[in-house]
Amino acid sequence: MNKKERLVAAIENGTVIDHIPTDKTYQVASLLGLFTLKTPVTIGFNYPSKKVGSKGIIKVSDKFFTDDEISRLSVVAPNVILSIIRDYEVVEKRNVVTPSEIKGIVKCNNPKCITNNEPMQTHFHVENGVLTCHYCEKEQDINKVELC
Amino acid sequence: MKKHNFVTIADLTREKILYMIEMAQEFEKHPNRELLKGKVVATLFFEPSTRTRLSFETAANRLGARVIGFADPKITSGTKGETLKDTILMVSNYADVIVMRHYIEGAAQYASEVAPVPIVNAGDGAHQHPSQCMLDLYSIYKTQGTLDNLNIYMVGDLKYGRTVHSLLMAMRHFNPTFHFVAPKELAMPKEYKLYCDEHGIKYQEHTAFNEKVIADADILYMTRVQKERFSDLMEYERVKNVYVLNNDLLKNAKPNMKILHPLPRVNEIAYEVDDNPHAYYIQQAGNGLFAREAIFCDVLGITLDEVKNDKTIIR
Repeated sequence: MNKKERLVAAIENGTVIDHIPTDKTYQVASLLGLFTLKTPVTIGFNYPSKKVGSKGIIKVSDKFFTDDEISRLSVVAPNVILSIIRDYEVVEKRNVVTPSEIKGIVKCNNPKCITNNEPMQTHFHVENGVLTCHYCEKEQDINKVELC
Repeated sequence: MKKHNFVTIADLTREKILYMIEMAQEFEKHPNRELLKGKVVATLFFEPSTRTRLSFETAANRLGARVIGFADPKITSGTKGETLKDTILMVSNYADVIVMRHYIEGAAQYASEVAPVPIVNAGDGAHQHPSQCMLDLYSIYKTQGTLDNLNIYMVGDLKYGRTVHSLLMAMRHFNPTFHFVAPKELAMPKEYKLYCDEHGIKYQEHTAFNEKVIADADILYMTRVQKERFSDLMEYERVKNVYVLNNDLLKNAKPNMKILHPLPRVNEIAYEVDDNPHAYYIQQAGNGLFAREAIFCDVLGITLDEVKNDKTIIR
């Protein structure tokens, strides 16, 4: 795609998050803590996409995410691609890697679980797309989770 | 030293289970000691359970510890909105070990992460009740002389009964054959059958409960079929008397067979069975004392060797 056709203005340095399912765009922005950043952030959605039908794109200037931050996306948008931009060029593309443990992102769906009854962080063990609560040991599907 | 807790039975190894049983045997020989003299045990019952609390408090007392705590959640600050963490940290200031019963699942695990002192789980909702499991294992070992290669029949409410689930998991090291005898509505949940498959545990399912079905049982683990568990009350009326054990059903039982029940029983074991030599449920509850003495010592870092060479025995 040449620059004339670019859907969202280019950034000099930072991260472009692409192939976000449209309806997950704001969750991705929220999980990455973009609303607290001071650098320019462009959020777009409803762009046509061959992969996901309709996609969101987020461009974040002067921000490079850690592995930990990126892994937070595994529960809502595991197939996004992050392009690292330096001096207007893509220098690296990164995928989301599902971590073996997820802390403080997903709500436990068991109302009797301690995590829903005490001001504390949730904690799940992840194996084959199944989240097991560290505390009550109830399992849930990674694709059907509710965020905290 | 790393803090020991006793929160779940699921991660105990075969060696650890046998070690705990051996320690319980020592306490059965000599229950009265001063191993915990000078220690303070706290029993925090956020949900009432008289039987479990008395058993833990007796174990603490027979080891020479002093006991503080509450038996009724109405008197705690939890009702004023205090967090579990605050309650646990506050009590940790006073006690050397905390025994806790809670209606919330995972509460004991969380407490064990925040408390500087060992936590003993005396039941957390429908989740775990590891000291009950320990006394069940001890009772099986004591009556059969082994935990290996036994035919274990679980009868009644296998859907909600956490004791049968814990026992199933703890027995995975010992090559058991399980028989699940239950009405359809209360059948063993899929996740536990999957657990059996994953761990190579043999099992069969039955809906009938008669003398032929249970003839080769070594252990008959009875549980209560509770009316409130049924969505269909017609179904309850149909099955309520099916899973009741009486002397007629025991005619073909193997001589070594023992009947266990986590108690309280209501009508699932006829009173006539109490005098039957196969009955063991009252002694089983008594074994809880020795199992819990072992649990206290283990979490407080007292080893089996120290228990065997104990000079504080009161004869």
